[in-house]
Amino acid sequence: MREPILTARDVTREYAPGQGCLGVSLDVWPGEVLGIVGESGSGKSTLLRLLSGQESPDSGTLQFIDRHQTVWDLCSSSESDLRYLGRTEFGIIHQNPRDGLRLRISAGGNIGERLMGVGERHYGDIRAEAEKWLAEVEIDPSRIDDRPAVFSGGMQQRLQIARNLVTHPKLVFMDEPTGGLDVSVQAKLLDTLKRLVHDLGISVVIVTHDMGVARLLADRLLVMKSGQVIESGLTDQVLDDPHAAYTQQLVASILQVN
Amino acid sequence: MSELTGYNFAYLDEQTKRMIRRGLLKAVAVPGLQVPFGGREMPLPYGWGTGGIQVTAAIIGDDDCLKVIDQGADDTTNAVSIRRFFAKTAQVATTEVTEDASIIQTRHRIPETPLVSGQILVYQVPIPEPLRFIEPRETETRKMHALSEYGVMHVKLYEDIAQFGQIATAYAYPVMVNGRYVMDPSPIPKFDNPKMHQNPALQLFGAGREKRLYAVPPYTDVVSLDFEDHPFEIQRWDGVCELCGADDTFLDEVVVDDQGARMFVCSDTHHCRSRRGEDA
Amino acid sequence: MRRITVSEVSKTFTLHNQGGTVLPVLNRISLHVDAGELVVLSGPSGCGKSTLLKMLFGNYLADQGSILIAGDEEEVDLVSAHPHQVLELRRHTLGFVSQFLRVIPRVSTWDLVAEPLERRQMDREEINERVSRMLRRLNLPERLWTLAPATFSGGEQQRVNIARSMIVHYPILLLDEPTASLDARNRDVVAEMVQEARAQGSALVGIFHDDELRGRLADRLVMLEATQCV
Repeated sequence: MREPILTARDVTREYAPGQGCLGVSLDVWPGEVLGIVGESGSGKSTLLRLLSGQESPDSGTLQFIDRHQTVWDLCSSSESDLRYLGRTEFGIIHQNPRDGLRLRISAGGNIGERLMGVGERHYGDIRAEAEKWLAEVEIDPSRIDDRPAVFSGGMQQRLQIARNLVTHPKLVFMDEPTGGLDVSVQAKLLDTLKRLVHDLGISVVIVTHDMGVARLLADRLLVMKSGQVIESGLTDQVLDDPHAAYTQQLVASILQVN
Repeated sequence: MSELTGYNFAYLDEQTKRMIRRGLLKAVAVPGLQVPFGGREMPLPYGWGTGGIQVTAAIIGDDDCLKVIDQGADDTTNAVSIRRFFAKTAQVATTEVTEDASIIQTRHRIPETPLVSGQILVYQVPIPEPLRFIEPRETETRKMHALSEYGVMHVKLYEDIAQFGQIATAYAYPVMVNGRYVMDPSPIPKFDNPKMHQNPALQLFGAGREKRLYAVPPYTDVVSLDFEDHPFEIQRWDGVCELCGADDTFLDEVVVDDQGARMFVCSDTHHCRSRRGEDA
Repeated sequence: MRRITVSEVSKTFTLHNQGGTVLPVLNRISLHVDAGELVVLSGPSGCGKSTLLKMLFGNYLADQGSILIAGDEEEVDLVSAHPHQVLELRRHTLGFVSQFLRVIPRVSTWDLVAEPLERRQMDREEINERVSRMLRRLNLPERLWTLAPATFSGGEQQRVNIARSMIVHYPILLLDEPTASLDARNRDVVAEMVQEARAQGSALVGIFHDDELRGRLADRLVMLEATQCV
């Protein structure tokens, strides 16, 4: 069996006693979608920021293996290396697309930025790639010169996805990617995400408090409570046969809509 | 010109000049790097060349000969005022002849006459940070410079082409200095950008409001950013200077009467005049 | 070839949110299933048939014992396996036909059924061929193919589910009342498909409430007794 691309051991980041992320260990395997669920304040988003190198832990180890099989110790990597990884190997999809987009730059410029950031210098190629990615996330390519400020929330989120995936990252972090969206828009976005993840073979760590999203996207789930992982396993196993009291409570509180 | 008393040579006190010189040395040592300095209040408002004046004050000596241009012209209010300022406070010689000047302070132009080794060109800079348009945080832009994260500079050019079909940035066109730092060349027309490359003169930049210094030492590579399929180009005109007939200079459009009649003339007044002198 | 070997498996549910009630469901169950055999689980309602079937899929975790699943490459014990091994088994070895359709809303019937084939990187033409053959066989009218199943009748949804689960060949196929909401004609189609899977060498384990169908399909009945509950 292949080895995990991201390995976290005893990762701790404590903002205040008992608050933050306390001794979390996990593996992310190639091509898998790992869901992190738990209620607000359980440390999910902190964990995501630690895993993606946006924040460094107080203690613990984080190891990442890139596409060239280079092993990175994320805790001791320089900021420059972390930012390089952030542009090339990682993608980060924020809950609020406004945090992940440049609203005053055209859709094409938003997608092209990462390409230019890694040295692409041919306007025609960049534009062609941007058009391809707009189509890929189901935005009409004729809107390439429109600014995201005039896009709907769902389209902004799609644009954010295109902007991240254009350099084919190996590992994409998503923080409540469908959070602010209308239910009907959510479904379509989930479908797009699922297809892209599969087609590109990328690994995804997705933080969500929506069990429905977790069930549809994640292969495996981690349940977090008070900064710790209290249960983990296959998504359907955790949701259908939850063992921890908290997980049972979480599952029981899902609205049954069919 | 009458001598002013009660001032130190060239207006600024020696400590301040030393501080600015230290900053300039660092700027020369690391071409294109923005060096912060303790900008002083000058007897003219921000935006009128306080940065350039402080640099000039810090480097000017008894035997220097100063030329000041504003948009290429020696005879505009700002240029005349600054020239008189140093004539009074430092009693230095002033000139309008590019070849005779040892220091040329400029706002928004590089003279048409090629500069030579030993001359110093001092630029007045309004916004020294080329990344500012896309990133408002100073901490972040510094980091971007430190890590050479310059992808966004091309985003700006990309936007130009997407919107106008060509790179429409016509002034303050970003350059890469010595293969390391992206620099804002101050609002000179991009017509002047090629002159910065491998120039024998020392080029110093001072931003008074933003309190930054930077420099391009003599014979340094200065490359305008572009795309492979949209290479950097300078402006061209269909006509020639209507005064001197030059077809290779940067032209200004000037309105000449109340009926709106206009003509195109060299923006570099000294260059234009000397050509006409030759012609005559 | 022995595909499934269940030894001494027990399962208890602890309902933490209902005063910590402990529900023992299965107590030291053992059974085995060979390739080309259809074993039907039977017993009174509440005796744990469905629980056992879900444990064979890795959907429920066993408390103790072992569940050995033999794929073509290797044998894995579901009780101690890493989730990745279970996912791998589900990709190539273990198929499950459940009673309910659980999919992303708004995805068309066609895409849902084609998905397992796409995952195996089959070429487009063959996928189209197989999907339309499967949908026709299950009497799903062509006008439904481009629609999402959310608004379909129970029987139609069930058939989409069957189409999706049975379009690829699995060495082990688990059937949880696959014909529950089907009419006689479609029940016969499904029975026929089950028999074909068996003929192709699949090991099958199923739960059927329909006595007639059970009698027709089962090679062996495994009785689970409610008395096993304490």
